[in-house]
Amino acid sequence: MKVDATIREIDIETVRKDFPVLSVKMGDNSIAYLDSGATAQKPLAVIERMKEFDSHQYATVHRGSYRLGEEATQIFESGRETIASFIGAKQGREIVYTSGATMSINLVAYGYGRKFIRRGDEIVISDMEHHANIVPWLKLCEETGAVLKVIPVTETGEFDESAFVKLLSARTKLVSITHVSNVLGTVNRVKELSALAHSAGAKVLVDGAQAAPHMKIDVSEIDSDFYVFSGHKMYGPTGVGVLYGKYDLLETMDPLLTGGDMIERVTFAGATYAPPPQRFEAGTPPITQVVGLCAAIDYLSAIGMETIEERERELLEYGSDLLRKIPQVRIIGTAPGKAAILSFVVDSVHPHDMVTILDGEGVAVRGGHHCAQPLMDRYNIPAATRASLAFYNTTEELDRLSAAIRKAVALFG
Amino acid sequence: MSYSSDLYQQVILDHNRKPRNFFAMEDSTHHCEGYNPLCGDKITVYLKVGNGGVIEDISFNGSGCAISKSSASMMTAFLKGKTIDTAKSVFESFHAMVTDDPGFDQAKSNLGKLAIFEGVREYPSRIKCATLSWHTLISAIDDKKEAQTE
Repeated sequence: MKVDATIREIDIETVRKDFPVLSVKMGDNSIAYLDSGATAQKPLAVIERMKEFDSHQYATVHRGSYRLGEEATQIFESGRETIASFIGAKQGREIVYTSGATMSINLVAYGYGRKFIRRGDEIVISDMEHHANIVPWLKLCEETGAVLKVIPVTETGEFDESAFVKLLSARTKLVSITHVSNVLGTVNRVKELSALAHSAGAKVLVDGAQAAPHMKIDVSEIDSDFYVFSGHKMYGPTGVGVLYGKYDLLETMDPLLTGGDMIERVTFAGATYAPPPQRFEAGTPPITQVVGLCAAIDYLSAIGMETIEERERELLEYGSDLLRKIPQVRIIGTAPGKAAILSFVVDSVHPHDMVTILDGEGVAVRGGHHCAQPLMDRYNIPAATRASLAFYNTTEELDRLSAAIRKAVALFG
Repeated sequence: MSYSSDLYQQVILDHNRKPRNFFAMEDSTHHCEGYNPLCGDKITVYLKVGNGGVIEDISFNGSGCAISKSSASMMTAFLKGKTIDTAKSVFESFHAMVTDDPGFDQAKSNLGKLAIFEGVREYPSRIKCATLSWHTLISAIDDKKEAQTE
């Protein structure tokens, strides 16, 4: 534990004991889990809270007037306040529970886009978006006749902001951009970009799936109209995510799903919808998952997001130094102040072979296009290997990553 | 022996480094592009089929991982001079081998050197890498426009 001693804020030994998966063996090695950008591991605090809720407090919400159901409803609803305060939203009713960031974006594309976006209007996204923030807009454009505009990305992996300004016009209705790139790690200046978009009269959606687990989010400061993220990338369970939206905007929107629990009154002549957030939550929601997400937020808050950011910055620096020392490695995404994501290519080793070799050494990383094919095209590569770090990783794991890459390079020559 | 060394044997590494029959054939009678959307591997297989269904020439080009590239390379080397019917039957055996089909019997198979890909069955996510060129071959023979792994 050489370098870890310098990181005083986190007691890494204790933290690692909080995550049972981190002690799983892969052959002779403990797993070096470097794929938290795809999905993060869960601390015991989350696992046990969900078990406790399911064991002693579970009932459906918003229906039964018996005490168990009322208590479950109260826990479920109070989660909105927990989440709102975690991301700096003004009110709990601005928090819509979804199944994940993908559904959150689809909800906006459907509920806002199909209602307010018309032929000839323009939607601005960027070269570095995840498919989840591309395909819903492609589909919307196809259906409405709106036009998709794309912010180019520079070689280091940053938005070309002057190109962005030129894309904005009175026709721009919506700007939908990622906060942190899942491939490049770039942390975008979403507050400034949001202000520029607003001055052109556009609404703004920020995809925070890769940001919320790793840094302090303040949606009031960013001032985006929408902000979305997923539970499972922030140490919570799958099947739950969040759409934050400014309340007056949510009020104007149509639901994506219709059915039970989202109505005021239903007759065979018609139905009237409940106000947000219920309007967007048809059917029985992911109740236990919401409880798990809130436990994850409590866990992260107890450590402190600034502490997490600092720890991950040190890990990134350490890992980047190691990778830069391997001449065959080219790091994709070198923006200053980037998040702890290390994507790279080696000409002689295809990412899928790299992943298999690394797996042989117990190092779990992801290889492929990372649901960002336009970005792969931008860098003229078919795929990349990505190590995505979390505060629970160690410098020793990064040493193993580097040694395994060297092994692959030597094998493929 | 590490976990991955049974997969990346020297023969496979060699075919990856120096793929055989690696060119776009100008005068092919059949060709088809195969694409694995999961990993972005893209391979085109070209055939020149003569009288009696004999594969007079066969080649491929494209990009992919070591497994897909070496599998394509070894496939072309193996099938040159054989008939289309043989190619189809070898495909069946190869597919059965890498998907661990209980009906597959190595001893009775017609795979020869291609048996080196047996280890792929231990890596479920890599099976499609090994079979991409074969699926593309069959689609080329059947004159389909493009092939995808199943």
